[in-house]
Amino acid sequence: MSAPTATARRSRTRWFALGAVAVAGAAFVAISVSGIGDNLVYYWGPKELRAAGDKAVGATIRLGGQVAPGSIKPGDGVSNLEFDVTDGTALVHVVATGVPPQLFRDRIGVVVEGTMTRGGTFEGHRLLVSHDNKYRAPADKNVDIKTLMRSTAGLEER
Amino acid sequence: MRTAGQSRLSLASVALGVVLLVAGSYWGLARAPPEIFMGDVQRIMYVHVPTAWNAMLALVFAFVCALMFLFTNDWKWDNRLEAAIEMGVVLSILLCTQGAIWAKPTWGVWWDWDPRLTTTAVQVFAFGGILALRAFAADPMKRAVWSAVACIVAFADVPIVYFSVKWWNSLHQAQSTPDTVSSAFHWPLRINAIGILFLWTGLVALRARLGALRLRGELAPPDGGPPLVTR
Repeated sequence: MSAPTATARRSRTRWFALGAVAVAGAAFVAISVSGIGDNLVYYWGPKELRAAGDKAVGATIRLGGQVAPGSIKPGDGVSNLEFDVTDGTALVHVVATGVPPQLFRDRIGVVVEGTMTRGGTFEGHRLLVSHDNKYRAPADKNVDIKTLMRSTAGLEER
Repeated sequence: MRTAGQSRLSLASVALGVVLLVAGSYWGLARAPPEIFMGDVQRIMYVHVPTAWNAMLALVFAFVCALMFLFTNDWKWDNRLEAAIEMGVVLSILLCTQGAIWAKPTWGVWWDWDPRLTTTAVQVFAFGGILALRAFAADPMKRAVWSAVACIVAFADVPIVYFSVKWWNSLHQAQSTPDTVSSAFHWPLRINAIGILFLWTGLVALRARLGALRLRGELAPPDGGPPLVTR
């Protein structure tokens, strides 16, 4: 290929590069700052669920938060496990069916999929446990049980 | 064309990577203590987290290669681009597999469409799609330009994967820091991360050489004369 053609081609591909960077940058900015996150909600916290009021009743939604300490009431057999989900300010009572994951305990983060009832109880039919970004060795002197058990990193960030 | 010495260097990098990965995994599986709540399940962190870091690094390298190709039109950047995207896709698929194995005993599900997992799936399919695009383009120049442009556009997802756990509510936990991870867990993580880094850089260098050999055949004149591009 002759030299002028190669130079012309190179200047054309440079424009392609700048165009592609512009498209990628625009996409990134649109997703990061445009508030698209307000429409892409993986779960609601208890406060948001309470604020939604009647709008939340009936629809399948996810509720995320922490299991309120001392609130777990094992139900009959494996069904109707009851507990409260909290974000520190609001509280939602949950009646969940199914077997909870092994890590389920007081103060752990949970994401419950289900529906809100008129009575104000959340009927969960899918119970997921989330863990935070802390990993502790048994003999670690720096273990701080309080921070260790604060879970659901998504809530913690806010 | 690469010299035999550079090939030996790549092979040495792969070998060093394997040795480090074996050592780090032995440390993580047999020497490090179990995590107090998750127990032995947490040990998958020693491959999962290094895989995530390296998948991201491989795709950053692919992005740099794409820009370099479009700015210089030097074929070596196209060869590296192809190798880096392949590595990024392989590491991302491994990442999702390890994540699923970790998720089942902790979260209670293999997979869920939370922001981190969804954006990672987008990463797999976007860069996997570029490899498919390359397979369909017969003209080397078109193949190189199209895949470089597609790579730059697809790269927008890579920082979104990183920030997804910060921006949105997600099931996946946020990034750990040395402060949130016991010091007993640090070294196996670091050794495996460096091991995977040596492993993939060596493999990418070897794969780029294969790409260069194929390209030499593609760009050779049909009469069997000397190749136009010898790089």
